[in-house]
Amino acid sequence: MKLNSLQNNSEEQKSIRVIALLEEKLRGEILKSSIELATAVVEIEPARISEFFGLLKLDSQLAFNYLVDITAVDWLDAREKRFEMVYHLLSLSHLHRLRVKISLPEENPEIDSLVPLWKAANYLEREVWDMFGIRFKGHPDPRRILMYDEFKGHPLRKDYPVQGKQPRIPLRSPEVRNTALDMIRQPLVSINPKNKKGLRHGPGDVRKL
Amino acid sequence: MKDLLNVDYGVGGVTTHMRSRPLGDDMHAETMILNLGPAHPATHGTIRIVVELSGEQILDADVELGYLHRGFEKMCETVDYNQVMPYADRLNYVSPIINNVGWCLTVEKLLGIEVPKRCQYIRVIMSELSRITDHLTCLGASAMELGAFTVMLYMMQAREYLWELIEEVTGARLTISYGRVGGLKDDLTPGFKEKMLDAFSRVKKQLDNSDRLFTRNRIFIDRMCDVAIIDAEQAVDFALAGPLLRASGVNYDVRKAFPYSSYDDFEFDVPLGEKGDNYDRFIVRFKEMEQSMRICEQAINNLPEGPIAVSDPRIVLVPKDEVYSSIDGMINHFELVVKGVRPPVGDVYMPVEGGNGELGFYVVSDGSGSPYRVKVRAPSFVHMGAVRQMLLGAGIADVVPTFGMVNMIGGECDR
Repeated sequence: MKLNSLQNNSEEQKSIRVIALLEEKLRGEILKSSIELATAVVEIEPARISEFFGLLKLDSQLAFNYLVDITAVDWLDAREKRFEMVYHLLSLSHLHRLRVKISLPEENPEIDSLVPLWKAANYLEREVWDMFGIRFKGHPDPRRILMYDEFKGHPLRKDYPVQGKQPRIPLRSPEVRNTALDMIRQPLVSINPKNKKGLRHGPGDVRKL
Repeated sequence: MKDLLNVDYGVGGVTTHMRSRPLGDDMHAETMILNLGPAHPATHGTIRIVVELSGEQILDADVELGYLHRGFEKMCETVDYNQVMPYADRLNYVSPIINNVGWCLTVEKLLGIEVPKRCQYIRVIMSELSRITDHLTCLGASAMELGAFTVMLYMMQAREYLWELIEEVTGARLTISYGRVGGLKDDLTPGFKEKMLDAFSRVKKQLDNSDRLFTRNRIFIDRMCDVAIIDAEQAVDFALAGPLLRASGVNYDVRKAFPYSSYDDFEFDVPLGEKGDNYDRFIVRFKEMEQSMRICEQAINNLPEGPIAVSDPRIVLVPKDEVYSSIDGMINHFELVVKGVRPPVGDVYMPVEGGNGELGFYVVSDGSGSPYRVKVRAPSFVHMGAVRQMLLGAGIADVVPTFGMVNMIGGECDR
């Protein structure tokens, strides 16, 4: 059982450098910084994240120009603040990585959207809204993404049951279903209201119609 | 009838922002909304694209995902670390071994272990074989959609040769569950080297045939060149990865930038595109297959001897004869089966180069036998965010080749 290979060491060196740079440039913003398994991790406050990430992206020594991932973790009762946003950043020029964590309260979790900085944030933030119910202020298209619009609740929250059942949703207005709005036409088959009872399913019903 | 038109349903009754708009006052014409999918023969994956058209030109597009959502991440929270393997197979089901390897490496990083050299090399060989099958599927299907049925058959034949190899080692073709935390299910079979080199010579012949038939074909070039251009800056902005990013000329390959599993032992090139159009994406994938074969050949020629798994009984099952003959072995076996692998508390993100790009697993462990939270950074999902940008201004006929070159894999995209 070997610990840490050579490659891990160089990754750790880079992470130490990133943390040092961050401490130097953004001393006031960082709540906690650490190196976990060779990756630089910082925790910040939810306020002013646009400025924080903007500096990470634009600073030439940090140059985190690639948004790898946005996700969240639901800690339920284990922590004082229930939700934790987790951002993964990568710098394509310096090839170093950073993980940013932001805690959000259970009531009305909301955070600024990063779409103005990275277009990749659009889908990733929509997924976090869909799965955890965390809102993103200023998101251009805040729809669900993997679930359907009528879905109740947010499935990756820890209090959502693994085998949770959803109610059936009513048929979406059959007249416009699968039809482009400008192509709506009369139903092809018209049924005389007088014969409505003939619609029961059973042998012979068709002929009565 | 008028009431119906005022109801706030989007196209198909699902809320989208798509509406037809008037096209200038004098013409009294409107744009047309066209719905593609979710079950469309040309979208090899369940996905719905709604486009707004003016004539044949796409003015706006809305991509709707989620038709294949199976709750991968939620299910992972209920099983132990090794039981995630079959779920991981079904992410990118065209190259399942890369998902297996990615998952194993993530958990191993969390455990702080490194697998033996032989295991790393076998993982590389199997990953690269999978990468070739992934690219062959993507290119073959796209070629067929553009009318080149023969190329599809050539490529499926080549894929078949490789799947025979994979089948021989793993015992399965698609959902193979070959990886294990801390090692592999099985060693390579005897005579694998000869079979692989033989298969490669046949694959190369098929690729050569396809190349001569297809890549310089006038019709193909006209359909692919200058379509769906994403320049380097946009590609980084959209966080594209893998062949899509490299087609735009950005030199980022996880295998080179953050070498895992001994990738730094091998010599290989990273093919780059110039423009970032569909043709570049095609060529980058084509060239990558040759590089993958190069890596496989180096790995099989320098394959080290030794075990294929770590010997820690808390991580890997002990050999069967030990289970039946010693009390320690029996206890270890029992403990591992009942409780599973137990990594320390912490979280870890580990990227590997999947068929479509950076495939990353983010795992949060609370010290128990099953992960507290698993998140997959699925390249297909992130790529779908850029499809609207690719389609704007293109023709309706460009949707299919563009979608083919993005190579969305439903299992990975919707998880």
